Amino acid sequence: MSITVPPAARGRLSLEADFDVEAVRADFPILCRQIGDRPLVYLDSAATSQKPVQVLDAVERYYRESNSNVHRGAHTLGNEATELFENARRRVAAFIDADPRGLVFTRNATESLNLVASSYARELLRPGDRIVLTLMEHHSNLVPWQLAADRAGLDLAFVGLTAEGRLDMEIAARLLTEPTKLLAVVHQSNVLGTVNPIRELADLAHACGALIAVDACQSVPHMPVSVRELDVDFLAFSGHKACGPMGGGVLWARPELLERMPPFLGGGSMIQRVELERSTWAEVPNKFEAGTPDVASAHGLAAACDYLDGIGRERIHAHEQALVRHLLEVLDEAQVDVQGPREAVERGGAVSFTMGEIHPHDIATILDRDASR
Amino acid sequence: MAAGPSPVEDELYREIILDHWRNPRRKGHLEPADVTVEGYNPLCGDEVLLTMRVREGSVEAIAFDGHGCSISRASASMMCEGVDGLSVADAADLVRRFKAMMLEGAGAEDLGDLEALQGVARIPLRIKCAVLPWNALLEGLERGEGTVTTEEGPLS
Repeated sequence: MSITVPPAARGRLSLEADFDVEAVRADFPILCRQIGDRPLVYLDSAATSQKPVQVLDAVERYYRESNSNVHRGAHTLGNEATELFENARRRVAAFIDADPRGLVFTRNATESLNLVASSYARELLRPGDRIVLTLMEHHSNLVPWQLAADRAGLDLAFVGLTAEGRLDMEIAARLLTEPTKLLAVVHQSNVLGTVNPIRELADLAHACGALIAVDACQSVPHMPVSVRELDVDFLAFSGHKACGPMGGGVLWARPELLERMPPFLGGGSMIQRVELERSTWAEVPNKFEAGTPDVASAHGLAAACDYLDGIGRERIHAHEQALVRHLLEVLDEAQVDVQGPREAVERGGAVSFTMGEIHPHDIATILDRDASR
Repeated sequence: MAAGPSPVEDELYREIILDHWRNPRRKGHLEPADVTVEGYNPLCGDEVLLTMRVREGSVEAIAFDGHGCSISRASASMMCEGVDGLSVADAADLVRRFKAMMLEGAGAEDLGDLEALQGVARIPLRIKCAVLPWNALLEGLERGEGTVTTEEGPLS
C-alpha cells in the first residue's frame, strides 16, 4: 500500500520568518537524528514537543549541581533547590501573565484539570448545578468532569460545533445561564486546530455567575497567553508540550479560589500543622503540592519559557500562521479532508485530515514508513 | 492517491491482508446468534462485533461487523474464516497460537494464511489492532457474552 502525493504538493516551502529558523532548528538536538537515511521530521508536537538544548542543559545542571529536596533541608543545596523551584514558579506565572500565588505545579494538564474537578466542582458545587463543556474537548477535559458530576450530582451540558468546526456561540450563550456554575473549554483544539474566543466565553460565563476553566495545552506554547486579558479563573497546560521536560504540568487558579478549595492530595509540603486526628493546610499554592515536587521539571519548564519568549511568541505565532496557510493549500491540492477550519484565521498549527475510507492508523503507518526509507 | 499493491511485496501490508481488507469474508451479523461479543480498542476507536452460533461443541457459524483499520479488519476476516467449523477447543487453541505469534514471537507454523499478519508483530503500536478480534473471540468462546477491550495493553 502506498500513498501518492500529487506533484503540486511537493514544492519546497520558502517562507521568510521573523527569526532565524535554522538557528532554532539547531537548538533541538533530536532534529539531527536520522530515521533510516533521512533526517527526522517531527510533526507530533501537539502530543509532546521536542526539547531545545537550553532546557536539556538546565535539567542536567540542576541534577549535577543543585539536586536536593525543597522546602525542608536547612543546607546550601536545599536552599538552592528551593530557590530554583520558587523562581520557576514566578517565571512560569509570568509566562501566562499571572499571579504566582495561583500557580500550582502538577504532573500534566490532566492532573491540573482533575484537581479543579475534584477540589472545586465536586467539593464546592451543589446537586443540580451545571457544568458546561464543548464537543471539542480532549478526554482530559471531559472525563474528570464526568467523575465530579457523578459524585456530586452535577449536570453536564455541551456546546456543539458549527460545520466548520468552531464553537456554536448561540448554544454557548444559551447554556451560559442559570444553573451553570462552570465552563470548561479548550483554548485551541488539539484535533481541529480551532482557537476559541476565550475572552468572550469568560464574559458570558461571568455574566451568569459561573467560572471558566481553560485547557491551554495547545495555545500557551504557540501564542501569547495572558490570564489577565482572557479573564479566566482556571488555566491548565502541560509543560512537556511547551518545550519543557516530561512530567511537568501547570494549573493556574485565582488565589482566592485556591484558598476556598479543599486539598486535592494530602502529604508532606501541603500542611501547616499536623496532629494525629487532623491537620491544617499550608498557604496556597503549596496547599496543592503534596509530596516532593519534580523540581528539575519545573526548572526545565522555566528554561523553556525563557527559550520561547526569547524567540517571542508573537513571532512564533506569525510564523505558524504562515506555515498553516501553506499546509492548508497543500492539503487541499492533495485532496485530503482537513478536519476543522479551512482558513488560517483563529486557527492554530494542529491540523488533522482524513483520506476517504482509509483508517488514520494505516495512513500514519504508511507515511511513517515511506518517510524512513 | 493510489492505494494499490506495491511492486515489491510489503512486509506489513501483504497482498493477502489487503485482499481481506478490501473484500472481508464473513462480514455481517448472524441472526439468530448464540453468542454476541463486542471488542473495542479505546486507543484508536476500532470496534468489532462478533456473532457466533455454537452447536455441539463446534463453531457452526461466525461473522464479524464493526469498523477499524486495515489490520484489524483483515485479522477479523481471516480469523472468522479460520475458526469456522472448528471445535470450541480447537478454536481456542488457534487463538492461543495466534496470540503467541503476535505477542511472544512464536513462529507461524500451522497458522496458514495467518502467517501474513506476522509483520504486524514488529510494530508494537499496531499489535493490538490485529489481536482485538481474537480477544473478542476468546471471550466469546469462554464466557458466552461480554465486552472485551485492548486497554490492558498489548501484552494482555
